[in-house]
Amino acid sequence: MVTFIVRRSLWAALVIFVITVLVFLLFFKTPGVDPARAIAGRNSNPQILAEIRAQFGLNKPLWVQYGLMMKSLFISRNLVSYSNQGVLVVPEIAQAAPATLSLVFGAALIWVVMAIVMGLAAALLRGTVYDPLLMILALIGVSTPVFWLGQVANLISQSALHNTFLFSWVPPLGYTPLQQNPAKWFAGLVIPWICLSILYIGFYARVLRGNLLEIQSEDYVRTARAKGLTERRVWTRHTLRNSMITFVSLFGLDFGALVAGGALLTEVVFGIHGVGYLTYQAATQLDLPTIMATVVYGAIFIVLANTLVDIGYAWLDPRVRMG
Amino acid sequence: MTVVETEAVPTELRPEIAGRNPWALAGRRLRRNRIALAALGLLLLIIVMCAAAPLYAHYVAHVNPFLPNLNGHTVVNGKVVPVMEQGGGALKLGETPIGPTWDPHHYFLGADGLGRDVAALLLYGGRSSLLVGIGSAVICCVVATVIALIAGFFGGITDSILSRVMDIIWAFPVYLLAISLATELLTHSNGFQVGPLHVSASSLWVPTLLIAFIFLPYVYRPIRGQVLSVINREFVEAAIAEGAGNLRLIFSEILPNVVSTVIVLLPLMIATTILTESALSFLSLGVQPPNVSWGSIISDGQDLLYTRPWVSMAPGIMIVLTVLAMNVLGDGVRDALDPRAKLRVEG
Repeated sequence: MVTFIVRRSLWAALVIFVITVLVFLLFFKTPGVDPARAIAGRNSNPQILAEIRAQFGLNKPLWVQYGLMMKSLFISRNLVSYSNQGVLVVPEIAQAAPATLSLVFGAALIWVVMAIVMGLAAALLRGTVYDPLLMILALIGVSTPVFWLGQVANLISQSALHNTFLFSWVPPLGYTPLQQNPAKWFAGLVIPWICLSILYIGFYARVLRGNLLEIQSEDYVRTARAKGLTERRVWTRHTLRNSMITFVSLFGLDFGALVAGGALLTEVVFGIHGVGYLTYQAATQLDLPTIMATVVYGAIFIVLANTLVDIGYAWLDPRVRMG
Repeated sequence: MTVVETEAVPTELRPEIAGRNPWALAGRRLRRNRIALAALGLLLLIIVMCAAAPLYAHYVAHVNPFLPNLNGHTVVNGKVVPVMEQGGGALKLGETPIGPTWDPHHYFLGADGLGRDVAALLLYGGRSSLLVGIGSAVICCVVATVIALIAGFFGGITDSILSRVMDIIWAFPVYLLAISLATELLTHSNGFQVGPLHVSASSLWVPTLLIAFIFLPYVYRPIRGQVLSVINREFVEAAIAEGAGNLRLIFSEILPNVVSTVIVLLPLMIATTILTESALSFLSLGVQPPNVSWGSIISDGQDLLYTRPWVSMAPGIMIVLTVLAMNVLGDGVRDALDPRAKLRVEG
C-alpha cells in the first residue's frame, strides 16, 4: 500500500509539473504572439508592456521565465490582472471559492441521493414499464445543456411564474454568502443546485442501473440467495454495496472537476460569482493572467482529487494496488 | 450507423449455407430497434432541415440572417411593423425585437437583439453545431484509433510515451482545457498559418480541432484496451506465422476487431461534442462571428430571456432533441454490435 501511495504521488507531482510547463508554453511561447501584449489584454500601453516584460522576465532564458511565472503564481502570489485594473488574481480566486463550494456541495448531495433512488428503482422495476421510463428521463437529463436548463429555470422562476405562490420565494439571481444570511443563501441556491445536479442524476442513475444488473448475475449474489438471505438484504448488502465502488470513484472525479471550475456554466447563468464565473469573465476579456491562475489551480486541485480517489480505490480493492 | 447497414452479406456465398456476417447481424438488430430507428429518423430530419438553411432564408423568409436589421420593417398580418419595436414596460425605454409570428415568411420565431430572423439563424446555427460536433467527433475517433493502434501494437516504450501523453491531456479538466486553448487561439486575431494553409480565427476548424483534441484520451483509452485484448489472440499469431508484415497485422487483423468499439463510441462522442461546442459557444469561445451556432444564439438570447424567450428557447430545444436522439441511437448501436452486453444487462 505504501509503495502504491508513493508511486501514485510521484506521478501526481509529475503531472502537475507537466501541466504547469504546458500552460507556460501555451501562454508564453506560442509562435506569432507577443506574450506581453497578450497578457496586457485589450488596454496595452508601452508602460504596461514594459512592466509585464520585467515581471515575467521576458528577455531572460526560458527556464527563468518559467520560474518567475511559478513564483508569481504560488510564492509571491502577486499576479496582476491587466484587463481588470490591477486586481490581484490569486486572492480573487480564494474569495470566489466559497460560492463555488456552496453550489457544488448542495448539488452533489442532491445528485447522489436522487441517482441512487432512480438507479435502484429502475433496476428493481426491470421488466415493468417504469424502468425504460426512468431511463428515458435519465437520458433527457444527460442530453440537456445545463446553461440552457438554467435559462429555462430562470424564465419560469424569475419571470413567467414569479408572481405565483410557486416561485414567489425565489430571490433575484446572485449569491448571498452563508454567514451573511443563511435563509437567503439557501433560497438563492435551490434552483442552481437542481439544475447542476440534473445532468449527474441522469448519468449516475444509468451507470448505477447497469452496474446493479451486472452484479445481480454474479456468482456471489446467487450464493447469497441460495443461503436464504432476504431479497432486501441481497440488494442492500451485496448488490448495491458492490456497485458503489464505481459510483464513488466517478463521484470523486466529477466532484473535483466541478469544484475546480467545471460548474462555470451554472455559475454564469445564475450569476453566482464563484471560481467558474471568474474564469468566464477572464475568458471574455481575454484576461490571460486570471485564466492562467484558474487553470493551474484548477488542474492541481483535480490532480490531487484524482490521486486521492485512486488511493481510496486501492485501499478498498487490493487488486488495483498490484496493477 | 449507416456503415453498419451498407456492409452487406457477401453475395457470392450460396444463401443456404451462408453464415451471416456480423455486420449484417448487427444491422438487422438495429433495424428491429424501433426507438433507435425513430432517433435516426429525427436526426436525419434535423440534418436535412439545417442543410436547407440557405433555401429557407432565401426562398421562404427572404432575409439575410447575417445582416443586422435594426431599422427594418416587416409585414405581419398585412400590417407593416418595425422589426425592433419600441420598448414596452412603463418607461418605454430601449427596443425589443419583434416576437414570434405565426407566419413562416416573416420572423417565424421573432428577431434577435440585432433584428435578425431567429428561425433562419437557428437553421444556420444548426449547420455549424452539427458540422463542428460531428466533425470533431469523427476526427477525434480516427486520430485516437490510430494512436491506440500504434501504442497497442508496438507496446513497450512507444506505448508508455503515448499513454502518458494521453494521461496528461486527461488530467486537465475538460472545460478548463477547452477554455484556455480557446482563449489562447482567440488572441491570434489574424488567424494561423499551418504550412501552406491559412486558417482564419473565425473558421469552424478552430473549435472543431480543439474539441477533437480535448476528447482524444476518452476514445484512446477504451480502444487501446481493445487492441491489447486482440493482439495476443490466435488469429494474429496465425497471421504472423504466415509472414504478415506490421501493416497487414494492424490493418487487416487488428483494426477490423476494434472498429466495432469505435462505431459504438462515435454517436456517444457526437452527443458529447455537440454539448461541448454549445457550451463553448455560449461562453463566446466556440464558433465565432460571423458564423452562428445553437450555443451562440442561446448566448445572445441571454439578454432577451424575459422579453423574447424564444431566441434562446428554440436553439436549446434543438440541442436537446439532437443530443437525445444521438444518445438513443448510440445506445441502439451498442446493443446491436455487442449483444452480449445487452444480454448481460437486460437479461
